[in-house]
Amino acid sequence: MASDQTYEHYYVPHNSRLPIFASIGIFLTVFGTGHMLNDMTAGKEHSVGTWILLAGGLTMGFTLFSWFSKVIEENHKKLYSHQMDRSYVWAMSWFIFSEVMFFGAFFGALFYVRMFVVDWIGGVGHRGPSDMLWPGYTPEWPLLDTPDPKQFPGAKEAIDPWHLPLVNTILLLTSSVTVTFAHHGIKEGNRNKLIGWLALTIAFGIAFLFVQAYEYHHAYTELGLTLHAGIFGTTFFMLTGFHGAHVTIGTLMLIVMLGRAMKGHFSPDNCFGFEAASWYWHFVDVVWLGLFLFVYVLGS
Amino acid sequence: MSAVIEEHHHDDHHHGPDKGIMRWVLTTNHKDIGTLYLWFSFIMFLTGGVMALVIRSELFQPGLQIVEPEFFNQMTTMHGLIMVFGAVMPAFVGLANWLVPMMIGAPDMALPRMNNYSFWILPFAFAMLLSTLFMEGGAPNFGWTFYAPLSTTYAPPSVTFFIFAVHIMGASSIMGSINVIVTILNLRAPGMTLMKMPLFVWTWLITAYLLIAVMPVLAGCVTMMLMDIHFGTSFFNAAGGGDPVLFQHVFWFFGHPEVYIMILPAFGVVSAIIPTFARKRLFGYASMVYATASIAFLSFIVWAHHMFTVGIPISGELYFMYATMLIAVPTGVKVFNWVATMWQGSMTFETPMLFAIAFVILFTIGGFSGLMLAIVPADFQYHDTYFVVAHFHYVLVPGSVFSVMAAVYYWLPKWTGNMYNEALGKTHFWLSFIGVNLTFFPMHFVGLAGMPRRIPDYNLQFADYNMIASCGAFLFGFSQLLFLFIVIKTIRGGKKATDRVWEGAHGLEWTLPSPAPYHSFTTPPTNMEEAHG
Repeated sequence: MASDQTYEHYYVPHNSRLPIFASIGIFLTVFGTGHMLNDMTAGKEHSVGTWILLAGGLTMGFTLFSWFSKVIEENHKKLYSHQMDRSYVWAMSWFIFSEVMFFGAFFGALFYVRMFVVDWIGGVGHRGPSDMLWPGYTPEWPLLDTPDPKQFPGAKEAIDPWHLPLVNTILLLTSSVTVTFAHHGIKEGNRNKLIGWLALTIAFGIAFLFVQAYEYHHAYTELGLTLHAGIFGTTFFMLTGFHGAHVTIGTLMLIVMLGRAMKGHFSPDNCFGFEAASWYWHFVDVVWLGLFLFVYVLGS
Repeated sequence: MSAVIEEHHHDDHHHGPDKGIMRWVLTTNHKDIGTLYLWFSFIMFLTGGVMALVIRSELFQPGLQIVEPEFFNQMTTMHGLIMVFGAVMPAFVGLANWLVPMMIGAPDMALPRMNNYSFWILPFAFAMLLSTLFMEGGAPNFGWTFYAPLSTTYAPPSVTFFIFAVHIMGASSIMGSINVIVTILNLRAPGMTLMKMPLFVWTWLITAYLLIAVMPVLAGCVTMMLMDIHFGTSFFNAAGGGDPVLFQHVFWFFGHPEVYIMILPAFGVVSAIIPTFARKRLFGYASMVYATASIAFLSFIVWAHHMFTVGIPISGELYFMYATMLIAVPTGVKVFNWVATMWQGSMTFETPMLFAIAFVILFTIGGFSGLMLAIVPADFQYHDTYFVVAHFHYVLVPGSVFSVMAAVYYWLPKWTGNMYNEALGKTHFWLSFIGVNLTFFPMHFVGLAGMPRRIPDYNLQFADYNMIASCGAFLFGFSQLLFLFIVIKTIRGGKKATDRVWEGAHGLEWTLPSPAPYHSFTTPPTNMEEAHG
C-alpha cells in the first residue's frame, strides 16, 4: 500500500483474465454469425455457424457479467478514487458519442436518399438520361413504388405517425422523466423512491418494445413494408431497428440497476453505474425524437 | 489531479512483470500492451509487404506472368487493408501506449483491462481477415475502399468475414481511443496543463477524437453492406431507390478523417525528434496545436474530393475542391515550423533525425501531389491512375511509416536501456530512403501518362518505370529485415543508454531511468520545466 496520503490512489489491476475471454467471445460471435449468414444466403438449412455463435454469445455474456461484477466488487472494496470515477465518467461520455456517430451514419443515409437520390433516379435536376432505366418511376417520398418493383416490391403505405409512434414517443419521453425521479431517490437516500421510479421506467421501456414489435408485425403483414421493400423500408427498419436494439440494451442496463438498487448498492456519492445507465437511456430517448421527426412525421 | 500506483495483492507485492507467455495474454501494463501492439504491427507490416511484393513482381514487366488477375485483385485489396488497419494504426496505438503515460506523468493508462481487450481483439480480427484467402471464392477482391456494388452484388462470399473483421477492429479502435482520451484528460500530473503537453500527446488526443467520431460511421457503412448482401435491403442498389454513390459518401466520411488518423501522430513524433537533434525548442508550439486541430476539423468536410469523377453536382465539386485546398494552410504551418525549428540549430544527424528530416521532405512531396489531385479539372485526368498511388504512398510510407521508424530509434534506448547500433541504423535509413523513392517516384510519371491503378497488366510504354519501381520495392522490403535485426540486437544488449539518452531531449519520459521501470510514475512528477510549451 502506498503510504503517502497526499495523493489519491489510482487503481491499476495487476493483470486480468477478463479481456482475453472477451476477445475470444467477440471473435466466436462474429465468426459464427458470418458462417450462419453465408449459409442462410446460400440456402442451406443447417449451419455450424449457429453453434459457434451460441458458444460466442455465452462466452461474451458470461465474461461481461464477470467483468461488471468485478468492477462493482472493486468499487465496494473502496479501491476506486475520485479520479477513477472521473475516468469512468469520461469513458461513458465518449462511448455515447461514438453511438451518436453510428446513428449519424444511418440518418445521413436517409437524408442523402431523400434529398438527392430519389429525385436523381427520376431524372430531376438536369440529369435527364438517368430516368431512361425506369420510365415508370415517379420520384416521391415516402418511396412506396420502387424503380424496379420486380426486384424490390415496394410497400402499400407508410406507418401513420400519430398512432403507435406517438404512443411510443410519450412512453419514452415519460420514461426519461421517471428515470430522473429515480436518480433523485438516490440523491435523497430514499431507496423506495429509487426502486419505484426505476421499476416504472423499466416498465415503460418494455412497453415501448412491445408497441414496436406490434408495429413491425403490422408493417410486415398488412402494409407490405419490409426490409426488402426498397429504400423506404430499408431506412425505416434499419433506423428504428437499431434504435430498438439500443432500447433493449438500455432496458437490460436498467434492470441490472434495479437489482443493484434492491441490494442497496447506491449511495448519493457513489452511483456511477446508475448514472451511466440513465445517460444511455436519455441518449436512446433523444435518438427516438430524431426518428419520430425524420422517419415518421416528415417521412410519411 | 494526482495519482500514485497502488498494488493490491494478498501475497508478495509484484513490482515487475510475470514470467512466461501469460504475462502477455493477461497484462494490464501499458508498456507490455504497447510492445504487443508494436510487434503485431510489425508482423502485419511484413505480411502486407509480402503482398506488395507479389503485386510488384507481377508488374515487373508487362503481360501476365506470375499471378492470375483474380488473385492480383485480392492482393491489392488485402495489402491495403492490412497496411492501413493492421500495420499503421496499431503502430501508432503502440507508441501511444508506451509514451502517453510516461509523457504526462501518469501511472498507467486510465482503463488498463480495456486496454488489453483493445489489443487482443486485433489478432483474432486479422486471423479472420487473412483466412478469407483460403475460402471458396477467394479473399475480398474489390480494393481496400470496397466500393459497392463490387463489394455487395459482385462480392465473393468471404466478404461477410471481411465485414465482421472490420466491425471488431473498429470496436478495438474505439475502445483504444477512449482509453487514450481519458488518460490524457484525467491522468495528467499536477502542473501538466493542456498547453504544456508534448505535441505527441496533443496529436494523439485529436487523433483519438477523430477515431471515435468516424469508426462508428465505418461500422454503419459495412453494416449497410451486410444488410444489402444478406437481408435484401437496397442502400446501395438503385433498383430499390438506393444509390451506389451513397456507399462512397459514407465510406469517405470515414475515410478522409482516417487519412489524418494515420498522419497526425506522425506529426507528433516528428515534432518531438526535430527539436532534440536541432537542440532548440520547437518553433511555434501553440500554432502546431491549433494547426492540428484545424486539420482535424477540415478532415470532416472534404470527403467528396475522393469522388470527383463519380458524378456529383458541379457546385459540390467546387465546394470540395476549395475546402480541400484549405488544408494546405495548417499543413503548411506545420512544415514551416519544423523547418524553422531546424533553422540555425546545432544539428546532428542520428538515425531518428534522418528519418524525421526525410519525413518532412517526402511528406511534403505527398502533400503537393495531394494539392494537384484536389483540383477538380486536373483530377479527372489523374483519377484512379498511378499518380494517386504515388500520392498516398508518399504520405503513408515515407510519411507515417518513416515516423514510426524514427520513433522506434528515438525511444528504443528508453524502452530497452540499450543504444542501437548507429551505423546499422543509418544503413537501414539510407536503404529505406533510396528504396522508397525508387518505388514510388516513378509512379508519378506513369500515372500522369495514364497508367490505371489496380490492373495487373499495362501498356509497353510504362515498362521501364515499372521495372524501376519493382526493384525499389524489393530493396525497401528486404531492408526492413535489417530493421528487425537492429531492434532484436538492441533488445538483447548493447551500449547502456543514459536516462536522458539524447543530450537535447526534453520531456518527462527522459527523467525516468533507462530502461523505463515497469510502472512509470509511482508518484506524480513535479518538475514541469521538463514539459514542452
